[in-house]
Amino acid sequence: MATAVSTYSRNDYINFSVLMVLGFLIIPMTVNSDYWFTSILIPWLCLALATIGQQVIMGYTGQLALGAAGFMAAGAFACFNLILRVDGLPFFGALIISGLIAAAIGIVFGLPSLRIRGIYLMVATLASQFFIIWVIDKFGWFKNYDSSGIITAQDIVIFGRPYTSPVDMYLVILVVVTVMTILAINMARGSTGRNWMAVRDMDVAAESMGVSLLKTKLQAFAISSFFCGVAGALFAFTYLKSLEPVAFDIKLSFKILFMCILGGLGTINGAFIGAGFILLFPVLLNYLGNNVFHGAIDATIISALEQVVFGVLMIVFMIYEPLGMARLWENLKQRFFKKKDK
Amino acid sequence: MNDSQDRNFKIGNPILEVNNISLSFGGVNAITDTSFNVLEHEVRAIIGPNGAGKSSMLNCINGIYKPQQGSIAFKGNKLSKITPNLIAQMGISRTFQNLALFKRMSAIDNILVGRKLHSKASFFDVAFQLPKARREEKVNLKKCEEIVEFLEIGKIKDTPVGKLPYGLQKRVELGRALATEASLLLLDEPMAGMNVEEKREMCRFILEVNEEYGTTMVLIEHDMGVVMDISDRVVVLDYGKIIGDGPPDEVRTNQKVIDAYLGVSHGE
Repeated sequence: MATAVSTYSRNDYINFSVLMVLGFLIIPMTVNSDYWFTSILIPWLCLALATIGQQVIMGYTGQLALGAAGFMAAGAFACFNLILRVDGLPFFGALIISGLIAAAIGIVFGLPSLRIRGIYLMVATLASQFFIIWVIDKFGWFKNYDSSGIITAQDIVIFGRPYTSPVDMYLVILVVVTVMTILAINMARGSTGRNWMAVRDMDVAAESMGVSLLKTKLQAFAISSFFCGVAGALFAFTYLKSLEPVAFDIKLSFKILFMCILGGLGTINGAFIGAGFILLFPVLLNYLGNNVFHGAIDATIISALEQVVFGVLMIVFMIYEPLGMARLWENLKQRFFKKKDK
Repeated sequence: MNDSQDRNFKIGNPILEVNNISLSFGGVNAITDTSFNVLEHEVRAIIGPNGAGKSSMLNCINGIYKPQQGSIAFKGNKLSKITPNLIAQMGISRTFQNLALFKRMSAIDNILVGRKLHSKASFFDVAFQLPKARREEKVNLKKCEEIVEFLEIGKIKDTPVGKLPYGLQKRVELGRALATEASLLLLDEPMAGMNVEEKREMCRFILEVNEEYGTTMVLIEHDMGVVMDISDRVVVLDYGKIIGDGPPDEVRTNQKVIDAYLGVSHGE
């Protein structure tokens, strides 16, 4: 974690340019299998965005909140209803409003954080997960009184042009994720992020410096939920292509939590690394099972193995590298480019 | 006694008045009916044996503890609803006895948090890096760099403070308190656990701040030599009560104070 001063170094600009060229030009031009877009890149970006949300509340503000998937569901169904019921609302407009709705719900469920902390707060925030899903299931209005249980998401239309092919959808998501990641980095490195981290590291001292715990915590909950809400809307509209509350169950919340911890608490790039790892790891295991062991290992064993490895990794990271894979990456970089930075 | 000639600010009227404060935890009386005042621009020491209620006193002024009785007035205003946050806004900052730094943040970031009350940019300004946020960050950073230079911690400013040695952590914490530009600083044992050299430097920093910016200081200290050197007036607490109050020389010869420190037989 370098200095959180919101000025960017030359290295930052270089990294940014490289990533942009890679994301917007090289990947769309070279990757020509739809599988990679629909099954890897699209969910990766969506979940990385949700993980940034989880980072804000857990990694930066130190509030153990579990329920990212609930806010994703809120964002997804908000977006569905906005596009359905508001004529002429542009997709990005719907996306932003969905995020704001999720943020408002986030503030309500963040209120317990003013009284309780740690594992108890986790239990309290878990309520949001179940409550949001329950409300969506209970009141037919949210699903537009669809009886089948699964609603097809509308096509993404921007300026009259539909974005339905995997590459198109990937590009739409990439734009949103890029912008929101920059905003997140700006906040994390600026005074906003410093207030979050002050509350995380020593709340009494933060208060004595004039940081309002009430305002800072609720702000973090709101921003975290905003990110989750937007991520949820994108996830439903591009990856699931349908809206079903079941898709946003507690398992997804845990997945995002794991991405956050494995990637590295209190890092933004860790969100991408963690999400990438958790998505790609099963793919890798399958690949190994099929191509190295030629199916000698049973598929059920492989999927069980996946759980075991995740569990072990979580424990290892919690003990030895709480800053997660992002820190490993930094160390690796430093070893290869010794003293090149700064 | 702090009688240096190059003081830019002459000691003035009372800035802080503590009137008949009583604080108890359950059945234990930490502070009993205690009153004293702090004059503007002075260095005021609070001394006393362990458990005398010194830190509790600072925590009352700072709003972390709420005294059951009595009142505290700052700059003539009675502090009615005291929370650490409001106290900070009124211009009182502090350091803590057992270090309360933001451990995973770098030294300069810790000090920058002290600029919180001088930051008006919202998260929105910061997220979009609007001119307001940029300008503010520049000003705050400049102020903090000055403090870093003054405290001679330039070399370690980017190190996470959790990894710094104790003496430097104490300095960073002083820096964070200075960054608030508060008119009253509460320093809870700023020199505890330091060696002679470190103590001397810390004294120099405290006196220089007091001389140059006129910051009023209330400090708790155990090292009598230090107290006698740097403070203008001393308040002596024992068992939550004031047993002495006055200039260092006067306090030193006070029989009650000598008894409290050296012990006295209670037999007869």
